Amino acid sequence: MIRKIALAVIAILLCIGLFVFPWMKAVLTVALAKGIVVLGIMLLLRAGQVSLGHGMFVAVSAYAVAFGNEWLGTNEMLLQIPFAVVVSGVVGLVIGLFVARYRYIFFAMLNLAFSMVFFSFLQKSYRLTGGSDGVSVQTPTIAGLSLEAGTYNWVLFFLALALCVGCVLLAFRFFRSAMGQALSALKTNEVRVAYIGISPWRTMVVIYTLSAMLAGLGGSLLAYTTGHVTPELSYWTRSGEYVFIAILGGTTGILGPFMGAMVFEFIRTYASAWLTNAWQLTLGTILLVIILFAQSGIWGLFAPPPPKAKTPEEKRYDVPAAAGD
Amino acid sequence: MDLQLFTLVLLDAVSYAALVFLVAVGLSLIFGVMRVLNVAHGAFYAIGAYTTATFVIWLEGQGASPWLSFPLLLLSAVIVGLVLGPLVEFGLLRRIYEKEEILQLLVTFALFMILEDVQKLVWGVRSYFADTPLQLLGSVEVAGVFYTRYQAMLLPAVAIIVLVGLRFFLRRTLPGKILTVVTEDREMAMALGINAQRVFLLTFTLGTMLAALGGALAAPTSSVSTGIAGEMIVLSFAVAASAGLGQIEGAALTALLIGFGRSLAVYMAPELDAVVPYLIMTAILLFRPQGMFGLPQARRV
Amino acid sequence: MTSPLLQAIDVHIHFDGLIAADGVTLDVFPEEFLAIVGPNGAGKTTFLNICTGYLKPDKGTVIFAGNDISRKTPRERTQLGIARSFQHPQLFIEQDLMTNILLSIGARDGFWNPLRRLDRPAAVDEAHALLNLFQIDQHADAIIHNLPEGVRKLADIALALALKPRLLMMDEPTSGVSATEKTQVMDILINALQEQSVAAVFIEHDMDVVTRYAHRVAVWNQGKIQICDTPDVVMNDADVRANVIGME
Repeated sequence: MIRKIALAVIAILLCIGLFVFPWMKAVLTVALAKGIVVLGIMLLLRAGQVSLGHGMFVAVSAYAVAFGNEWLGTNEMLLQIPFAVVVSGVVGLVIGLFVARYRYIFFAMLNLAFSMVFFSFLQKSYRLTGGSDGVSVQTPTIAGLSLEAGTYNWVLFFLALALCVGCVLLAFRFFRSAMGQALSALKTNEVRVAYIGISPWRTMVVIYTLSAMLAGLGGSLLAYTTGHVTPELSYWTRSGEYVFIAILGGTTGILGPFMGAMVFEFIRTYASAWLTNAWQLTLGTILLVIILFAQSGIWGLFAPPPPKAKTPEEKRYDVPAAAGD
Repeated sequence: MDLQLFTLVLLDAVSYAALVFLVAVGLSLIFGVMRVLNVAHGAFYAIGAYTTATFVIWLEGQGASPWLSFPLLLLSAVIVGLVLGPLVEFGLLRRIYEKEEILQLLVTFALFMILEDVQKLVWGVRSYFADTPLQLLGSVEVAGVFYTRYQAMLLPAVAIIVLVGLRFFLRRTLPGKILTVVTEDREMAMALGINAQRVFLLTFTLGTMLAALGGALAAPTSSVSTGIAGEMIVLSFAVAASAGLGQIEGAALTALLIGFGRSLAVYMAPELDAVVPYLIMTAILLFRPQGMFGLPQARRV
Repeated sequence: MTSPLLQAIDVHIHFDGLIAADGVTLDVFPEEFLAIVGPNGAGKTTFLNICTGYLKPDKGTVIFAGNDISRKTPRERTQLGIARSFQHPQLFIEQDLMTNILLSIGARDGFWNPLRRLDRPAAVDEAHALLNLFQIDQHADAIIHNLPEGVRKLADIALALALKPRLLMMDEPTSGVSATEKTQVMDILINALQEQSVAAVFIEHDMDVVTRYAHRVAVWNQGKIQICDTPDVVMNDADVRANVIGME
């Protein structure tokens, strides 16, 4: 009961803060956008896999937005966002077809490798992508309207909020479907999954593509909020950040990624302001504390999962080396 | 390509590979024995570099023989290794050995983040130049090309000494053999009564020292500033993973491969020079996820 | 003479010098219950692994319902109608028993629809019916890793049966079940199989179970099938009595 009250109080404070402090909009919008990306990470985590390269899809979508006007021929946000999501989905599918064959550290490493290839490509192709300077994002029209800065920021925030709510609702439905429940099955006994007639590889490809699309959705919002896209979006530390936020927020509940993202963004923004060279120190320490003492993350503090019974080592059939199945 | 260009490419490759190998081998060793992917390894490299720079600059202010910068270089690596290694292993890693791999990874990632800021707090954000050792050794001419002796000869020499030394240590000495056994079959090793705690402490300290040595040796070759930790960890990871995590000799080969690929790109396709290491890593991992020299995962029925 | 449902033809496999199957030919007919007996380590589980696709033989063919499935993956074979249970129950240990069964049902029936609930009423009813059949329905909401081995064993078989296969291959279905319960469990199982017209192959060590429930028994010895006939014939075979049953 206390937890629910605490949650409600925090939500109310946030709402008040939004109206009182103008800068909070940007922080919250970024947090919501990152939360969507981390929701994608959570999908993979539920299936027992970590991607150390999802920054790549955030970058793909962000650059797609930045070049949106050129490539799509329109500067309309409501068209650019779906476009960016589709682009990152396609890239995700293509890469997924390869990486879905691998598991655990190999999966993580391949994702990292791909994202670093993309990062270095972005950094170096000055003529194509502006190199390390990046590309600025033209303010788009929203539903055909050209909005002035203040209104634009509000609309962007509410759009992000709406998209978050939409993603959360879809996620709820997804996790109740056969595929959603199969994620945990994949994690605990992949061989058995094959033995009930489900293709682990195909399932992973689908999950991976979905996670890439979520990263793309978040990426497009990030592009609009920051107004500028750089290769750094695909750098390994960014990908690490998303995994960080996933564990910080906790993966036992769908709101975990968003809570983690909010804590992350707040600390990053304000530690940056007050102790310029200590935000990483602060966040790093918090993550350590969470991992050592509160493994279910922030969400776990509000809605603790049932305790796991201690069981003897399950004797399991091992995962086949490269299941193209 | 003429001989001069080729020599340049070769020398660049070898000096680059030597440094990356030093960091990668420590990373590989730690993973092989402890099954922990130490993201903070890059930070140890950076701290080794910063410490060396500090010592060398201090030395310059003392007016003593500049040749002392060499032992100082070695000393800074040893100090960093002996201080940070046990501190991190005992203080932090010990608590996480039982945890899931991803949590272990995030712990080292958190440590990396913390140490990034520690670097900034201790040394600030300015660049440090400490090229005394480099200058002292002068230049050498190879096939019409002038190259610093430090990079063309000292760096590869140290790398080779470390490689040979590690090989000897792992195959011929008792502690080394124990390390090898723990790498190959941890359960069996423990069943034989091997004290895993001590093995881990030793391994981690050794690995940290190697990373710091890489940093110490790198300091004179270019400026030391923020961001080198992040760059080096992902590069050394590419080298280690391409060889197969835990493969020591293999890491030397992939370091040369990646060094060579990058050097070629520098002179022939400059837009790709940063991309090449990761392209090579991706290509290798796609065909052999266990690395070029890694053992394929055995299936248990 | 009906045609066999499953045919293993001249199957050979070896592991580093150990010959686990040395030219094994075996037929399984629709709706029959075939027991495979033999000493431990003789290669019986390996044979099951080959039939279900987990291992590929060095030589030989496996044919199911007239189709050559030798190259097919476990997943493909499952979709063709072969289901399997394991010596050590293979379940999804972080989820509850009901969800495990539902996953099997869902896999059979509309897996790729992300908007359709796994626990839709028809599926839940079917799952309860199945769990009731095995008398483990009271554990439906328990997480697998909290359940005792005996229940997990039955759950493993139930999971396979939920797929509505044509052939069920079981690896020691009654091991881990107490002697007093074995008959009860086998009665339930055989009843369920007969109701659904499922053929079954089971590896078994308990000769009483074999004699009571199997239509035919294949005696496996050192990589070969020594004899395959009705329990009466097999049990009275002098060689079998000396070499195989004596060890049981």
